[in-house]
Amino acid sequence: MQKEMAYSFPDEVLKHVFSFIQSDKDRNAVSLVCKSWYEIERWCRRKVFIGNCYAVSPRMVIRRFPEVRSIELKGKPHFADFNLVPDGWGGYVLQWIAEMAGAYPWLGEIRLKRMVVTDESLELIAKSFKNFKVLVLFSCEGFSTDGLAAIAASCKNLRELDLRESEVDDLSGHWLAQFPETCTSLVSLNISCLGSDEVSFSALERLVDRCPNLRSLQLNRAVTLDKIANILRRAPQLVDFGTGNYAAELQPDVFSNLAGAFSSCKELKSLSGFWDVVPAYLPALYSICPRLTSLNLSYATIQSPDLIKLVSHCPRLQRLLVLDYVEDSGLEELASSCKDLQELRVFPSDPFGVEPNVSLTEQGLVAVSLGCPKLQSVLYFCRRMSNAALVTIAQNCPNLTRFRLCIIEPKTPDYLTLDPLDAGFGAIVEHCKDLRRLSLSGLLTDHVFEYIGTYGKKLEMLSVAFAGDSDLGLHHVLSGCESLRKLEIRDCPFGDKALLANAAKLETMRSLWMSSCAVSFGACKLLGQKMPKLNVEVIDETEPPDSRPESYPVDKLYIYRSVAGPRFDMPPFVWSMDEAVKILH
Amino acid sequence: MSEASSYLAETELELGLGLSIGGPTGKINKASGRILTAKDFPVPRRASMNGGTPPSVTVSGTKRAADQSVPHDGGSPTATSQVVGWPPIRSYRMNSLVNNNQAKAPRAEEEHKGINEEEEEEEEDKAIKDGSKQKKPNENLGHIGFIKVNMDGIRIGRKVDLNAHSSYHSLASALENMFLRSAGAEKQQLTMPSKLLDGSSEFVLTYEDKEGDWMLVGDVPWMMFLTSVRRLRIMKTSEVNGLAPRFHERNRTQRSKLI
Repeated sequence: MQKEMAYSFPDEVLKHVFSFIQSDKDRNAVSLVCKSWYEIERWCRRKVFIGNCYAVSPRMVIRRFPEVRSIELKGKPHFADFNLVPDGWGGYVLQWIAEMAGAYPWLGEIRLKRMVVTDESLELIAKSFKNFKVLVLFSCEGFSTDGLAAIAASCKNLRELDLRESEVDDLSGHWLAQFPETCTSLVSLNISCLGSDEVSFSALERLVDRCPNLRSLQLNRAVTLDKIANILRRAPQLVDFGTGNYAAELQPDVFSNLAGAFSSCKELKSLSGFWDVVPAYLPALYSICPRLTSLNLSYATIQSPDLIKLVSHCPRLQRLLVLDYVEDSGLEELASSCKDLQELRVFPSDPFGVEPNVSLTEQGLVAVSLGCPKLQSVLYFCRRMSNAALVTIAQNCPNLTRFRLCIIEPKTPDYLTLDPLDAGFGAIVEHCKDLRRLSLSGLLTDHVFEYIGTYGKKLEMLSVAFAGDSDLGLHHVLSGCESLRKLEIRDCPFGDKALLANAAKLETMRSLWMSSCAVSFGACKLLGQKMPKLNVEVIDETEPPDSRPESYPVDKLYIYRSVAGPRFDMPPFVWSMDEAVKILH
Repeated sequence: MSEASSYLAETELELGLGLSIGGPTGKINKASGRILTAKDFPVPRRASMNGGTPPSVTVSGTKRAADQSVPHDGGSPTATSQVVGWPPIRSYRMNSLVNNNQAKAPRAEEEHKGINEEEEEEEEDKAIKDGSKQKKPNENLGHIGFIKVNMDGIRIGRKVDLNAHSSYHSLASALENMFLRSAGAEKQQLTMPSKLLDGSSEFVLTYEDKEGDWMLVGDVPWMMFLTSVRRLRIMKTSEVNGLAPRFHERNRTQRSKLI
């Protein structure tokens, strides 16, 4: 037997080489080469990403990677965004912070998504990490402005504070004044989620004044239009800006002041905010529009003619988020003006109206697919669709990586032929070979899943609602989609068979969510028994699942792989199917 | 008005405030509010499908038995609006939409009130079929958004989706579960008995209405409540003095039970 390594480098050399390897996947691959590489790599890994906070325990992470400086954690399942996950389900970050406080004194970055963060957690962060630089709380909840005050006061070198789409309890408006006068390091501040009384504007102005490196600033809705000019003049170096309220009585001096302030921002590439827009103030943006690459107007209730005018000034636009007031006509204009467009999201202005309130149909999306060859990412809410349109879109945009279509009424068929939309979505997966994310809607049979299983080889995330006929549908997906990591299903007639037949597949995925389907309690128990590396959790808010016969379907089911075993912070309405836990229950 | 008072009289006998009401038929709902899904609604347009098997599975079980009547307001039911979490729009965005649809609250930025009215006139002149500006019959039945709930003595509020409930009883149960059983790192000892709404517990459920007044929950028919509620507060019974006078004529002796 040959000696394993005829050539070997000293550890320091390997460490140096590894420092150039940043991606998690590559780092993981490096650690599998041999024991000594595993050892060296684990000591020099600085960044850890944990896609499911329950897949591993803090202790395990700390044990393996003792020198982490940056951590990212995700908590609740994606469907929590749509209120399908009851309050109190979990996703608490406190234990992580507590353990890391002891183990990682040099931790500098914490990024959390869909987690419950308490003031206690924030206070602990503030006092435990002397070199704390980045705090991103994306869609988190559970904390108040008191916690923010602690962060502001203690983190002397804070670079990033991003609270996007989080829920913050407003207790006092003065937390922003807690940033010491010596704090000049801010690069990014996103407080767009805060309510009315939560920000002291003068403190904000002074903060902006003394942070010359501020590149990204998102204000909250309460900040009025007349204040924007003041802020912009203090930060002409901004690259990314979110307005507050964009409404005011039209006054020429306010307008010209605003227009002047915008035009002094030569680096500005990205705009957002725009709550309550008065269209007459939109021309104040015209001077920067030629440079804009990203525009988020998805809260702006402006109508198509004004949107068309604005968009026609933005030839470099790569990313547009907008309400369906844009209408087909606005999207046609977009298609002809913005040839660099990569991402489009169209949200519904009146999602619960029975009749359409705007003229936005599949035609708008078809037009964009035709005119924008670089289109990669689509999120589109509409009220009607046809297979023909989907086929056209698929053929026009073979580079799509994310395609999420929401036809508002569940089970809506092709409006021209009344057929299911199987063929249309089939064309999408067939033509778009790099498709990583797909959300389905409309009337769909098991056939669409056959297409997805056959062609969706790079598909990582699939969202399904009100679709399919039988277990065969689920089986196609679980057996065919090789790259599948996240699968979320609601209101589909999928039961035990496909799930149990593909149990092993679940260990290769991050998670599976099924609600209002037909999976029986017995099958859940069986899965929990047979698959120790999976956490099988049943959610039922009305009564314990074992108070009914085993053949009864469970309300909600969340299955995820984990090396940490069942979690111990489950609320009363979540039952773990793990054998050991059941005995204790 | 007389309809409202007879409706309340029926249930008042049972539970004091008459809050454990089941839907407009007056039935007492024993099960907690059931979350309705699209299975409860027939598909409006059914294409002839290859498989032949119906797309949805009818599951029977106490939880899903279709005995709960859905309160419709006479007009065509907004089927989509009754399905939880559909269309899939984040609550963050939903609340922004709701703010656009509802009348601005009196204590919101006063200086913008004038502007918004102006804006609304402009839009109406353009004769746009904008559901958010015109009052359609089912407008606010669609979606109220997620309402904040605070409980005296508990720092962090919660949010409840009123759309997921079709009765006071179901809402009350949900709130009891929410505040009675907090879990995880924030375990709190709550000694709140289960009857939150009948006046026998030390807490009372109140709400702030569109005019900014705080009212006792349960006064008005459920649908009317939905159109005027802005947020909820579980208040200590001892602090109930000073609530706004009831919306309609009430038997004063009932009221004195609480105060």
